[in-house]
Amino acid sequence: MAKRVGIEVSLAISEAVKLANVDAIAAYPITPQTHIVEHLSELVADGELDAAFIPVESEHSAMSVCAGTSAAGARTYTATSSQGLALMNEILYIIPALRLPVVMTIANRAISGPISIWNDHSDIMGVRDTGWIAVFAENGQEAFDLSLMAFKIAEDHRVLLPISVNIDGFTLSHVIEPHEFLGQEEVDKFLPEYKPAVQLNPDAPVSMGTVGIPEIFTEAKKCQDEVLKGSEAVVKEVFAEFGEMFGREYKVVETYRSEGAETLLMTMGSVSETAMEAIDKMRDEGKAVGLIRLRLWRPFPVEALRAEMVGVKTLAVIDRAVSFGGTGGPVASEVRSALYSIDQAPYVASFIAGLGGRDITIDDFIMVVGQAERMAAEKEIHQYKMIGVRE
Amino acid sequence: MENLNVYAAKLAPQQESLAPGHRACQGCAELLAVRLVAKTLGKDYIIANATGCLEIVTSSFPHSAWEVPWIHVAFENAAAVASGVEAGVKILKKKGKYPVDRKITIIAQAGDGGTVDIGLQALSGALERGHDMVYICYDNEAYMNTGIQRSSATPYGATTTTSPAGEASPLGQHTMKKNVVEIAAAHNIPYVATASPSYPFDLMQKVRKAADTPGPAYIHCFVPCPTGWRMAPNLAVSIGRIAVESKVFPLYEIENGEYKMTVTHKNHRPVIDYLKPQGRFRHLSEGNIAEIQQQVDKSYDRLLKKVKMSQIELD
Repeated sequence: MAKRVGIEVSLAISEAVKLANVDAIAAYPITPQTHIVEHLSELVADGELDAAFIPVESEHSAMSVCAGTSAAGARTYTATSSQGLALMNEILYIIPALRLPVVMTIANRAISGPISIWNDHSDIMGVRDTGWIAVFAENGQEAFDLSLMAFKIAEDHRVLLPISVNIDGFTLSHVIEPHEFLGQEEVDKFLPEYKPAVQLNPDAPVSMGTVGIPEIFTEAKKCQDEVLKGSEAVVKEVFAEFGEMFGREYKVVETYRSEGAETLLMTMGSVSETAMEAIDKMRDEGKAVGLIRLRLWRPFPVEALRAEMVGVKTLAVIDRAVSFGGTGGPVASEVRSALYSIDQAPYVASFIAGLGGRDITIDDFIMVVGQAERMAAEKEIHQYKMIGVRE
Repeated sequence: MENLNVYAAKLAPQQESLAPGHRACQGCAELLAVRLVAKTLGKDYIIANATGCLEIVTSSFPHSAWEVPWIHVAFENAAAVASGVEAGVKILKKKGKYPVDRKITIIAQAGDGGTVDIGLQALSGALERGHDMVYICYDNEAYMNTGIQRSSATPYGATTTTSPAGEASPLGQHTMKKNVVEIAAAHNIPYVATASPSYPFDLMQKVRKAADTPGPAYIHCFVPCPTGWRMAPNLAVSIGRIAVESKVFPLYEIENGEYKMTVTHKNHRPVIDYLKPQGRFRHLSEGNIAEIQQQVDKSYDRLLKKVKMSQIELD
């Protein structure tokens, strides 16, 4: 078993990116993502990582440079947060359409206003439909592992799509945790050199990003959608291969003590670990409660989620973003729609919590479970409820 | 057309990487300029193209007029994308992972809107970072692709669809053309030049020089647009010559900070010769034209001073 190292999660991610032997990194500073790219620039400056580090003048250009490096055939990485992700938005749509396997860490942070540097999921929810694969990590080890797996998933020729690894800003990015690192040799065995399907090369010229006239636009989008949906199988394959090689198991939908549970809490990201403690406490009191976490957010793992719903009567979904005036929290809305057509679908209660760095405590989770069960019993019609609002 | 013999067109390479059959308007000087660039660069170059006329007329899937590697991502980011291509090719070559080891020129190309307005930040970033690339702005002085809206490169007194001359505002565009050539030069890059397809050999020489210069180079190419300028398509080349002869668009280069005129005329034509054939200036009064003459003289004199200063420094 490899040695465990106590290190800040951001630095562990940088080490994973270094182990992936990336060719190009373009980044712009934004809290709380900065430590990742600071460390990468150090690794490049010290000659430990042979890569182009391109310190751009905005996130819009960061993603545009990534388009250029990736189209040239370089293994490409960037990281951002919040406003930076929002500024990239235009280019985020174009990267998957060009089939460029860019890997990006998003240290999730609230979107302004009011301006906040603290953690929630409003940044990633705003780019839900850009066509990126999106996964969530809940601790440092997962962030490290997923960062490596991200390259393998994205660069698979059945996929060739960009991927974001989401980690909670500060609560994950800035904490020191024990990580089990991998050696260069074993990483090289797991993650072979990137072989682009096409690249900008004068000996074999291609035109990338041509005009999509109405006669072909729908077909282009259909292709893109099929590839994104098909990537779920590759994600599962890569998770399985990683588990076999390194002994750490990953699933697109993760559960915790969900056997025989009539009520499930649903979370994404680092709050899941607090939620587990709440589940332990409730289980100790004899309640049939479990936890379900979405690791894969895009493509949405519909079948894997449905498979976990047997015998579940109430699902309490915690969202860390608001879809203003919508039908539910962004995750809850999708979950409701994924479960709508199944027999004996559970009652889905939508809670919004943990906005802009507000903690969600063990007691909050216990309260949410109680409230969800009461709402289910009363068949309460609701869209979403924001919890922990101070009067 | 006068002085046709000075072009010596036979001397230009026949090979060019822009295929015929693209969808540009008749008399488009932009495509003429692009062909001259293509003749100069041969096959070993990669293009990052901004959204705009040039992009749409050459790349309607499943067709492409480009016989060199070409990428279009968005409107405002040609400089950023090109800088990524440059950095990507460079690092892959260094790591022995790029399939070609010949020198490859990286070109970013955009219209005036994509350069002087929405693309200015990305341009500045790329120039400042020092990428070995050539940025070419094809300036037709308005957003022609979207239907002739004003940009900050639209000259004083021109009507466009968003700077129309009307009763309350009889002038049309009432701001001065932004001098992006000076902005590019302020980044202390090794090579900056103005060019015009009406002076093909001057243009080709500058493209060659820009491509051979290590580091960033910027070329501001003046490309008359008969559609947007409301003039006959057969005037595109001659109006480009008159622009130079009347001091409206002087041809010069700034090499390592030193200014040099590359085309000079002893007797300059009055600006009215330039303004008159163009419908976009039709509404101007005699007073307006006199004012434009003054502006043109003043900025030309300012340029000459810089050229003289450079000569003194060189002596």
